[in-house]
Amino acid sequence: MNLAIINFGSGNLHSVHKAFESVSSDLSNPYNIVVTNDPKEIQSADKIVLPGVGAFGDCKNAILNIEGLHASLQVSVLKNKVPFMGICVGMQLLADISYEFGTHSGFGWIPGEVRRITSPKEYKIPHMGWNEITFSDHKLFDNCEQGSDFYFVHSFYFQNQKSEHSIATTEYPDQITAAVCKENICGTQFHPEKSHINGRKIIHNFLEWKP
Amino acid sequence: MLKKRIIPCLDVDNGRVVKGVNFIDLVDAGDPVEQAIIYNAEGADELCFLDITASSDNRDTLLEVVKKTAENCFIPLTVGGGVRNLDDISRLLHFGADKVSINTAAVDNIDLVAEAANKYGSSTIVIAVDAKETSANQWKVFTHGGRKETNIDVVTYCNEVAKLGAGEILLTSMDRDGTKSGFDNKLLKTVTSKVNVPVIASGGVGNLSHLLDGILEGEASALLAASIFHFGEYSIGEVKRYLADNNIPVRI
Repeated sequence: MNLAIINFGSGNLHSVHKAFESVSSDLSNPYNIVVTNDPKEIQSADKIVLPGVGAFGDCKNAILNIEGLHASLQVSVLKNKVPFMGICVGMQLLADISYEFGTHSGFGWIPGEVRRITSPKEYKIPHMGWNEITFSDHKLFDNCEQGSDFYFVHSFYFQNQKSEHSIATTEYPDQITAAVCKENICGTQFHPEKSHINGRKIIHNFLEWKP
Repeated sequence: MLKKRIIPCLDVDNGRVVKGVNFIDLVDAGDPVEQAIIYNAEGADELCFLDITASSDNRDTLLEVVKKTAENCFIPLTVGGGVRNLDDISRLLHFGADKVSINTAAVDNIDLVAEAANKYGSSTIVIAVDAKETSANQWKVFTHGGRKETNIDVVTYCNEVAKLGAGEILLTSMDRDGTKSGFDNKLLKTVTSKVNVPVIASGGVGNLSHLLDGILEGEASALLAASIFHFGEYSIGEVKRYLADNNIPVRI
């Protein structure tokens, strides 16, 4: 089984790669993990991970600037229904539109908008650090406990158009989407690769996920 | 609820820990990777390496340390010390740092903050500020490891770097650093009440109540400490239990 981690120059690429490699090596059949932006490798992957830190528009443009990347993702994820996980901005990119530094269109795979967190003054922005989540019944959270802590760092959040696409939330102080899922497409606002043991559970569950 | 973060910091010189912990089960007490693994297992919320290697020729030793740590510790890792430009940041991120802290270079060239934040994301850029009280309730930014005074007001500077895209501020009191007499909570409160990004308190921790004061009085988002952990005076777990007993939200 092949897992492709999409390389479009995102800063957390190394961390994501190491975490997936470490969790995968504990499986009886470890994945062959490739860090790639090659459309051919992406289309032969059995699972796809899209990491992302930085500004939404920059990430989107970096993806569009790699020839064939966006198209190959669409074929794999939308047509061939390959299980996909977006992390942080990689998850926000699934939305229709983002209002971070202007207006940018997203992939439009999960309906919703990316908006700036509005919070009272004592709540610092970015929302940075460990925060607890509440999740609904989903494979991604197998063996996780309600209220367990995950590492977040973001100033914008994914406002889902349909509540059924939000599979986990956190509070800062208003409710914020912490994870999304629609069919074979999932994403986390928090960083599983930086969330210690809880994060490893999420990665493990994604590796075992058969949507 | 968002938790208050406890961040142990390791000073690294030529790839070796300065003032290392004397854990009995350590094969090599001077190996920063081994210490990082212990802090990670004890429940540290993040890790911080400060490279104090004097010669830039020897800085590559740190990259190996960063790489090995990132392969073993799956919590955020901040690396600072001698970061001068975008290439330095890029290299550290490539080797596995999650955040890079910039100190003197940001004071010398404030544009670097915006350039770095735009390129790597605000979440990646920590601005380290060394502050000293030069007259009553007036703090100035110091550079070059606290040796050089500038005429820059700390609050003004923190607001400026936050506006330019710094994701958080690592605020060290030069007056308290190494004294074990507690954080400069007046400085902390002054900055945390006026700056809208998270502030990590640093400099002066000697005991558990100092940590509590940094949160209650200084209103810091995170607490950084070196020697109390290095010398095994307190474990990360003890610190967290103490804070939890005092109704501070921490990750246990």
